[in-house]
Amino acid sequence: MADTTLETPAVAHRPRKIRWHAIGDHLVLILGSLLMILPPLLALTTASHDAVTIHREGLQLTLGDDLGKNFHAAMFEKGGFTQTVDGTLMLMNSLILGIGFAVGKIVISMMAAYAIVYFRLRFATLAFWVIFTTLLLPLEVRILPSYEAIQKLGLTNTYTGLIVPLIASATGTFFFRQFFMSVPEELAEAARIDGAGPWKFFIDILVPLSRTMIAAIFIIMFVFGWNQYLWPTLITTDESFFTLVRGIKQIVLSYTDGQIPEHGQALALAIVAMIPPVAIVIFFQNWFVKGLTESDK
Amino acid sequence: MAQVSLEGIRKVYPNGFQAVEATDFTIRDGEFVVLVGPSGCGKSTLLRMIAGLEDITEGTLKIGDRVVNDVDPADRDIAMVFQNYALYPHMTVRRNIGYGLKNRGTPASEIAAKVEDAARMLNLTDYLDRKPAQLSGGQRQRVAMGRAVVRDPALFLFDEPLSNLDAKLRNQMRIEIKALQRRLGTTAVYVTHDQVEAMTMADRIIVLNAGRIEQIGTPSEIYHNPASTFVASFMGAPPMNLIAAQVDRGQVRINGYDGIMPAPTSANGPVTLGIRPEDIELDGQGSVPFQVDILEELGAHRLLHGQLAGQPFTVLINKDHAAQMGENRITLKPEALRLFDTETGRTL
Repeated sequence: MADTTLETPAVAHRPRKIRWHAIGDHLVLILGSLLMILPPLLALTTASHDAVTIHREGLQLTLGDDLGKNFHAAMFEKGGFTQTVDGTLMLMNSLILGIGFAVGKIVISMMAAYAIVYFRLRFATLAFWVIFTTLLLPLEVRILPSYEAIQKLGLTNTYTGLIVPLIASATGTFFFRQFFMSVPEELAEAARIDGAGPWKFFIDILVPLSRTMIAAIFIIMFVFGWNQYLWPTLITTDESFFTLVRGIKQIVLSYTDGQIPEHGQALALAIVAMIPPVAIVIFFQNWFVKGLTESDK
Repeated sequence: MAQVSLEGIRKVYPNGFQAVEATDFTIRDGEFVVLVGPSGCGKSTLLRMIAGLEDITEGTLKIGDRVVNDVDPADRDIAMVFQNYALYPHMTVRRNIGYGLKNRGTPASEIAAKVEDAARMLNLTDYLDRKPAQLSGGQRQRVAMGRAVVRDPALFLFDEPLSNLDAKLRNQMRIEIKALQRRLGTTAVYVTHDQVEAMTMADRIIVLNAGRIEQIGTPSEIYHNPASTFVASFMGAPPMNLIAAQVDRGQVRINGYDGIMPAPTSANGPVTLGIRPEDIELDGQGSVPFQVDILEELGAHRLLHGQLAGQPFTVLINKDHAAQMGENRITLKPEALRLFDTETGRTL
């Protein structure tokens, strides 16, 4: 994008050449964008029809009359088995999970990386690699013992039980470790001479320096937490802890009483579920790119 | 303000490498001492031991009357300027300079006043609200100085503070640092590998080589009476000429050539003869032939590189002296001759 606009003035004087490669590039980009944007668009148009139409005719390309009704029902109508949970509550739960997840992971992994990089621990390298190998043990592998531990602690059906077992992050620790190692050592020494203890150095110097990194990891972890499905399904049976992702499935699966599932509502809920991650990415985009590419030192 | 004394200070790393051999010297109150030597000679390690950033393996370090071996860097009453300045990138100049005071619980109003004072002294007043990234190299250097000055420490430590600056700025900052240190009267230890910096800034120079002190002395002593061939070739640009020679019955004889000069010592046998390039004169009647291969024009001076008795040799002449390539004759000033032991390299 940037370089094509920059080139234009220079090219304008000469007889215009058709730059085939530019056309090719744009074609690929346009096709890619369409591919990405069509499903949500289709979800939106389909969500504007009533359940019967959708059930009979499948996905709809045109806008129907029931958009507002479906959204309203998805957000505010109590649903589920116990008829206690509506879309707003699920949205709330998802937000708590996403934010709790991201914040918890950042705090834990920053502190772990700080300990590994800045303190002369006897087994610092070993500790790091042990943390790192947990990448090979995702939740799915250790789900039974994890569940048992949480259940014995009596943390089922709590936010703590939902969030805490998942916040240890090898990826986050790894990112922060690499970042801390690239911070010049003299900075820590200067701070030492300036009378800043380990805690002050962390809060006053390292945390502000890491803010782009924090933003980048926040995005990744928020989306990760937001999309959690398996763990919440296992750990919460109380419907008041349902997240949006579970709620969608709940609607689609409710074949009870020979009713047609409320496909329109499910799609409306799916769209609602997409908005926060998208918003966060758009909001943090600049920092995200900065955090992953440049070092602000 | 304080005197600093090192008594038998050694540094051995856990892997057994001895970075600094047992070292004794005293830095007088208000003195500007430069530690100079090639890379890896232990000068930075020595400085970092004084700062407390590196543990002292053995020996006693005193700042003032206090033994500070086990005192935290923050409590040694020192300030350090780093090669890469080590400014806090996210803080404004004002906060950078005031950070050390803030950590020591100085009241905000006092910090503000002291920071203003330091900034005025260093011409930084207009930049107080900028971040380090918005400053030039020289200004960053000044901020680093400000951070040291503002705390009014007993001792300044400089770790190659000018090596990231371009040549012109370096000359200017050299003078500024020296003037500032004079004005404040604070004891300073300055590490550099640049012999020009050492010569121009120091009250006393300590020349280090491979973890050992080669010589301690004023710039003039070091320049005129180097204690070893190492000091002779390290200090001064171009370095002192060192050629193989012989002393025979009180006369110096240069190998492969029969030119004879009175020897300044009574030693006998093979020696290394040293003479500064500027202590040699082109002289049609001179006793020594000198083959000029390359002529370097430096403006105020000319450097003639060539061979004397088959050994590389350099002569520095003033711009108003004529010089030609090829065969010349020269005279060596007898009082400028220095003789070194061929084996140990120490002065005779």
